[in-house]
Amino acid sequence: MRRKLSEIFIEGCIRLSGVLCISFVVLIFLFLLKDALALFGGYSAGKFLFGSQWLPVSEPPHFGIVPLVIGSLYVTLGAILICVPIGVGAAMFIAEVAPQSLKTILKSLVEILAAIPSVVLGFIGIVWLGPFLKTTLGLSTGMCGLTGSLLLAFMALPTIISISEDALAGVPKAYREAAFGLGATRWQTLWRILLPAASSGIIAGVMLGIGRVIGETMVVMMVTGNAPVIPASILQPLRTLTATVASEMGEAVSGSEHYFALFAVGLILFIITFLINLVADMSLRKARR
Amino acid sequence: MVNAEPILKTENLQCFYGSQRVIHDLNIEVLPNEILGVIGPANSGKTTFLRALNRLNALNPSYRQSGTITFEGQDLRKIPDNLLRKKIGSIFALPQVLPISIYQNIAYGPKVHGVASKSKVDQIVEESLQKAYLWDEVKDRLDLQANRLSGGQQQRLCIARTLAVEPEVILYDEPCSGLDPISTAKVEDAMQKLKEHYTQILVTNNTKQAARVSDRTAFFLMGELVEMTDTNTLFTSPRDSRTNDYITGRFG
Repeated sequence: MRRKLSEIFIEGCIRLSGVLCISFVVLIFLFLLKDALALFGGYSAGKFLFGSQWLPVSEPPHFGIVPLVIGSLYVTLGAILICVPIGVGAAMFIAEVAPQSLKTILKSLVEILAAIPSVVLGFIGIVWLGPFLKTTLGLSTGMCGLTGSLLLAFMALPTIISISEDALAGVPKAYREAAFGLGATRWQTLWRILLPAASSGIIAGVMLGIGRVIGETMVVMMVTGNAPVIPASILQPLRTLTATVASEMGEAVSGSEHYFALFAVGLILFIITFLINLVADMSLRKARR
Repeated sequence: MVNAEPILKTENLQCFYGSQRVIHDLNIEVLPNEILGVIGPANSGKTTFLRALNRLNALNPSYRQSGTITFEGQDLRKIPDNLLRKKIGSIFALPQVLPISIYQNIAYGPKVHGVASKSKVDQIVEESLQKAYLWDEVKDRLDLQANRLSGGQQQRLCIARTLAVEPEVILYDEPCSGLDPISTAKVEDAMQKLKEHYTQILVTNNTKQAARVSDRTAFFLMGELVEMTDTNTLFTSPRDSRTNDYITGRFG
């Protein structure tokens, strides 16, 4: 009888954790939705989504998120272009090329990389990377999209490397032996057999890395210049969706149009990261099959 | 058997996994164009011997070996991995098809060895499939994923794939252990016809198969070569009593 009771208790606890987890997600979404939709009572959704000016304190205010979306897009695309080749390359090296001893060291280094607080990276960006880019590329300011891209790429690397490495290590030994048995070199085996076989896992890793990049706030707020205008190139100051919410929320009057507009920006971000996670999840599932 | 120069030769070969010795002092000569059967109970070192010949053992980091192996008079260690494995192809116990189409599986080998022209590759694919007696069964669906074929077809696909890189020696590691009798007969049939151009080594747990297919047979026990002679002699009047015990089914 006693055993039975503890059984019921433990089962209840586990069930509660599961239900709590799900309800948190749903509640956050509802909370965001409620305040975000309040904006569209007085401000048109079209002007919000397609407006090219973000001037929240002018009279009348403009809440067009196009500059912010483009800012996010520039920084994210830049980061992806940098981190995907490096990340997948590093995963290939760790999984297939590095000798066992080096492999262990590299894997723990990658984990340490993931543990660096983002504010420290932002600090490095302000003190060193920004000025370095400014003088090397001859820019008017080093606080620009590229600085953000580089630092974000750095932040996404650990995710991409460790998931891709797992995917490569999970390719059946038989494929490797078959390819080697036919006289393929290590590189030919890696490129034509192992990479395609591990592709869904690698894609999932990349998508999760991208999710991290889009959602990151601290670094971009510190180093991208905070200029909510449509940037002509990645070498100019810009501002992302996340940085906008973070830097303006403190000064927006609770319940004002500005306040609701920031919630709407948050909702857009939520939808974007949700979609990315969904795609990553789907390709991971495909990989397991 | 004609008195020819051996194509493969091992001298004082010893193989280890970690500190465990799995082959003791093996001296063996393989003659051109013969089918050499290798029989023996589990853990007798048959597979290790086979995989030493094209250095697939080296994929296992704990593997060590001493002694020399020569291929066509040349020290094996002097031949680069990819060239060696092109010349000495292998067929494994479980068909190891790659997760790509039938056509791609066969085209893969020639492509990595630098055959670029599409028509040449097409020709190699067709010829190899014909030599492995698979062409008629798959010619209309070369784009099918290879792992959708039946086990017997997959194994013949692996043979075709090995033939496509034009090896000189083909190693079989229990190629029929997962196959039904009809598929087995087809594979054995293919082996007989391939004798004309290739040297073949067949490791098998099925002593009857060795008796049916091979010209000479070697009996391995606990990492040692007990006896190696004409298949007929070995199965009718073995010199060593341990061989006799094994082929009559008294152990193993």
